[in-house]
Amino acid sequence: MASLKDLRNRIDSVKNTQKITKAMQMVAAAKLRRAQEAAEAARPYSERMEAVLTNLGAGMAGKPGAPELLAGNGKDDTHLLVVATGERGLCGGFNSSIARLARGHARGLIADGKTVKMIFVGRKGHDVLKREFGSHVIELIEFGDVRNIEFSHADGVGQKIIQLFEDGAFDVCTVFYSLFESVMTQVPTVQQIIPAKIEVQEGAAASAEVYDYEPDETEILNMLLPRNVSIQIFKAMLENAASEQGARTTAMDNATRNAGEMIDKLTITYNRSRQAQITTELIEIIAGAEAL
Amino acid sequence: MADKLHFSLVSPARELMSGDVDMVVVPGTEGDFGVLAQHAPVIATLRPGFLTVHNGSEAPQKIFVYKGFAEVTPTSLSVLTEEAIPAEDLKANGELEKRLKDAQEDFSIAKTPEERHAAEEEIGHMQAIKAALAEV
Repeated sequence: MASLKDLRNRIDSVKNTQKITKAMQMVAAAKLRRAQEAAEAARPYSERMEAVLTNLGAGMAGKPGAPELLAGNGKDDTHLLVVATGERGLCGGFNSSIARLARGHARGLIADGKTVKMIFVGRKGHDVLKREFGSHVIELIEFGDVRNIEFSHADGVGQKIIQLFEDGAFDVCTVFYSLFESVMTQVPTVQQIIPAKIEVQEGAAASAEVYDYEPDETEILNMLLPRNVSIQIFKAMLENAASEQGARTTAMDNATRNAGEMIDKLTITYNRSRQAQITTELIEIIAGAEAL
Repeated sequence: MADKLHFSLVSPARELMSGDVDMVVVPGTEGDFGVLAQHAPVIATLRPGFLTVHNGSEAPQKIFVYKGFAEVTPTSLSVLTEEAIPAEDLKANGELEKRLKDAQEDFSIAKTPEERHAAEEEIGHMQAIKAALAEV
């Protein structure tokens, strides 16, 4: 049985923890709104880009001379996994669910006899996966001191990836990130970016606008495809930023609630043992009086 | 000229401009072209230069764009670019001089003919923009 003083100390410490989680929750909620706005503001660009690429890609797919970024280089031996996670913990299952998805994917590829290389964007994923895949890691790109993600950050990553591709360092590139659905749900997602996956819907080509191209299609594709890689990375980073804050808001909300429950329970125990002590003292006094 | 053209200028981070205008002159890689409503559908790449937006009796608005592409449909024009700076701001912040210097530096350290050519092109663009900016 803990003494009254111990219980009091315990209650104070849980109260302090609750203050911290509460503050973190409020900060995350405020950041979430900004991150969400940024992710939404970035959508028009990537949607347009996708529309144009689909349009162009439908015409080019299957034709000889299609750029390698679109058609692939014909091989499927070396896979580059770009794992985008957060820089901080204390955000529920956010980082670990991305890491888990990437780990499963990597194990599958290794079991199939493929070579796996990894680039980490964000420290947390690297922390989790370096033990198992340490020898596969090419680079860890940290954005710990970056407050607002800008396109130039993503572009740097994108250009590194393209450089690697042109040097023949890998054949297929996949990005892992968490898609922001709502504050409650974030979906870990796999997306292949090289070769670019273009969904050609049946009959869509016929209804699409017939564009003139200036300069010709191949040149436009050659310009757009590398940019598309950066855009997809940028999109992944923005979705991640929103997801991370969403996950943290939920996690910290839960933590605050748990702390509250804990405080209630401890307070009841504290009051009971205080009363028990008083009763014991009274009985002692009464017994003493009767003995006289 | 009853028809208006829906013009949107989009950067990766956000939509910078969106609205109905009369005409936009776009600096295409293969030359400037003006876009009015009912233009034939075109997809064109851009070279560094000025977008000029004409709307009603307002003074035409000039915006510096650095690479990107334009998508034209009969009713709309979308310009996707990584960087867009209004001409007045560009004039004020001295960014152009910096880029021109960078390009000249690139030219002086260029090793392969391709690098040399690319740097030369960049210098050309920047000088053209400087000349155009002097008139703003």
